[in-house]
Amino acid sequence: MGYVLNFTLIWRHFDKLWSGLILSLELAVLSIGIGCIIGLALAILYVSGGRILRSLIAAYVEVIRNVPLILLVYLVFYGIPTVFDFAYSNTTSFVVTLSAYAGAYLVEVFRAGLDAVPRGLIDAGKAIGLTPFQRLVHVRLPTMLRIALPALSNTFVSLFKDTSVASVIAVPELTYGAQWINFNTFRIMEVYLVVTGLYLVTGYAILIGLRALERRYAIGR
Amino acid sequence: MLDQIAYAIPFLLPGLLVTIEVSLITVAVSTVIGIVLGVGLVYGPAALRWPIRGFSDIIRGIPILVLLFFVYYGLPLTGLNLQSFAAAVLGLTIFKVAQVIEYVRGAIETVPRGQMDAAKAIGLPFHERFFYVIAPQAVRRFLPPWLNGVTDAVKGSALISLLGVGDLLFGIQKVVARTYDPLALYCFGALLYFVMNYALSIASRALERRFSYIRE
Amino acid sequence: MAASSSATTPLLRVRAVQKSFGSTHVLRGIDLEVARGEVVSIIGPSGSGKTTLLRCVNFLEPYDQGSIAIDGVEVGYRGDETRKRRSERDLARMRAETGMVFQLFNLFPHLTALQNITLGLTKVRGLGRAEAKDKAMHWLGRVGLTDKADRLPSELSGGQQQRVGIARAVAMEPKILLLDEITSALDPELIGEVLDVVLSLAAEGMTMLTVTHEIGFARDASQRIVFMAEGTISAEGPPAEIFSANQSNERLRSFLARFSAAHRL
Repeated sequence: MGYVLNFTLIWRHFDKLWSGLILSLELAVLSIGIGCIIGLALAILYVSGGRILRSLIAAYVEVIRNVPLILLVYLVFYGIPTVFDFAYSNTTSFVVTLSAYAGAYLVEVFRAGLDAVPRGLIDAGKAIGLTPFQRLVHVRLPTMLRIALPALSNTFVSLFKDTSVASVIAVPELTYGAQWINFNTFRIMEVYLVVTGLYLVTGYAILIGLRALERRYAIGR
Repeated sequence: MLDQIAYAIPFLLPGLLVTIEVSLITVAVSTVIGIVLGVGLVYGPAALRWPIRGFSDIIRGIPILVLLFFVYYGLPLTGLNLQSFAAAVLGLTIFKVAQVIEYVRGAIETVPRGQMDAAKAIGLPFHERFFYVIAPQAVRRFLPPWLNGVTDAVKGSALISLLGVGDLLFGIQKVVARTYDPLALYCFGALLYFVMNYALSIASRALERRFSYIRE
Repeated sequence: MAASSSATTPLLRVRAVQKSFGSTHVLRGIDLEVARGEVVSIIGPSGSGKTTLLRCVNFLEPYDQGSIAIDGVEVGYRGDETRKRRSERDLARMRAETGMVFQLFNLFPHLTALQNITLGLTKVRGLGRAEAKDKAMHWLGRVGLTDKADRLPSELSGGQQQRVGIARAVAMEPKILLLDEITSALDPELIGEVLDVVLSLAAEGMTMLTVTHEIGFARDASQRIVFMAEGTISAEGPPAEIFSANQSNERLRSFLARFSAAHRL
């Protein structure tokens, strides 16, 4: 084989990986935040809306779920500005893309969560005289969020991994950092071993953190 | 806009075929290997279970893109010099194998314990318990997520354009570079991927409904 | 694996069996014998180890100490000093000699009622397809379900499923039938049809060891009742003795008192 592992060059450029990791996390957090707002709003509209609204929302979800993320990234970054004649940074366009992506998956999560709220709780809300809006805010949403917590954690970890696609439009996140080191030092094995480790450890840490949250708040199934 | 698309179609067709080809190979190979390893994970001795578990967890814990780059750039160092196409397929297949292992594990573990008891009680030895009682029920639980996963293979295949493989997305990029009309072409590309994957997900949902009598 | 079945050897002999699940000591020294053609019912509060004992007899659960022998042949472990577990082959062959009916039926959902029965007949007893089908239909008739032969379990009621479960076990012509609370998961109006089948099998001389909550059934069908509590056999005897008003065993009395008069009938 004749290839000797040498990590010193990796450590010298570790700042690229570290700042990339932080950026990946930021992108993920932003996207799931915005995605939650989109997903929640659409889920509520879906559950309470008419056929046309439901079809539109379903169409949105189906398109996002069936098209590769990288194509969506290109479309938003290169395609959209030509229509409205503006330019935005690659990072901004990626957040827009990933948020829309997250929103589509979260609509499903929240819709299923709303459906899973036990009828008995809603009936109890009616029985004490709450209006539909009050029932939504005080009974259905809190319950739904607790039911959806496990699915939410899984989605968040997935999104964190999906931030790697941002590298294709030169957003300096973790995978971009890895490629930079790859092309500038040729220490391929070392950089990818380290990056694999970083993704695994971070993903695992996120999962553990969210599991702790689940234990406190989630309603088990 | 439409004439841009019409112009592009003959250039995109070969790429579309490559995408389909890559997806098929990936799905076929990963299913076979994944089922074998998945069964090994559930029924094998500890010396087999731990490595398979480790493999599956690690591969599923990293982005597909990182895996693809790792395989593409790393393989030549081990002495194995593959063409981009082969390296890309290898990377995608490794990713899908890890997923298939999970589908298999989930499918077998959700077969109720009582089924194993009943199969033991009528005197069936292990391999017959597996083939006549557990496997038929596991297959019906395995198919829906597996079919869903096929769309993941198609979507993942789009990443191989970054490795220089001439798939559909690669073809789109080349036409965009020439015509400077990204929106129309990316939209058309999205439509093509959408049609492929949506058809697959409809089939998967139909299958799920057909086998729902098995679940309690 | 020579069987030594003289007229005096009990069909099932359980000696000094101990079993723990982790730190919970579930069976604390069980001695039990079941003679050929005898029906023995085990009653007792939940947690007493009744089901665990039953599952040890066909080695669905391993046991830590003691011995369980069917027709003189040790179940699960080699009869010698080493206490090595029997091979899968041997275990399968032994289990073919016992039949078990489960509380949750455990019918194979992907097979029809008929196929549930023929599976064992063809794969374990080695019968040809036609012969297996005939036998299976005979037993389906015995439990009153010939018209349901080609139905899937999901199309059958609980009582019907359990009757198929009984047919599946009995069609294998086992030496002893193990019945694990077979009516506990049934709606009350479906219990009767299942118990009728079991009673008729008992009347024909089937050896049975049952765990049951149906006190009336235990009294009518069994030659002997075994009362288990906290992992040991607390009382044992013919029904008349166990259910008599002069019963001195306190634990047994308080257990039976929980059942209403109507139930005990």
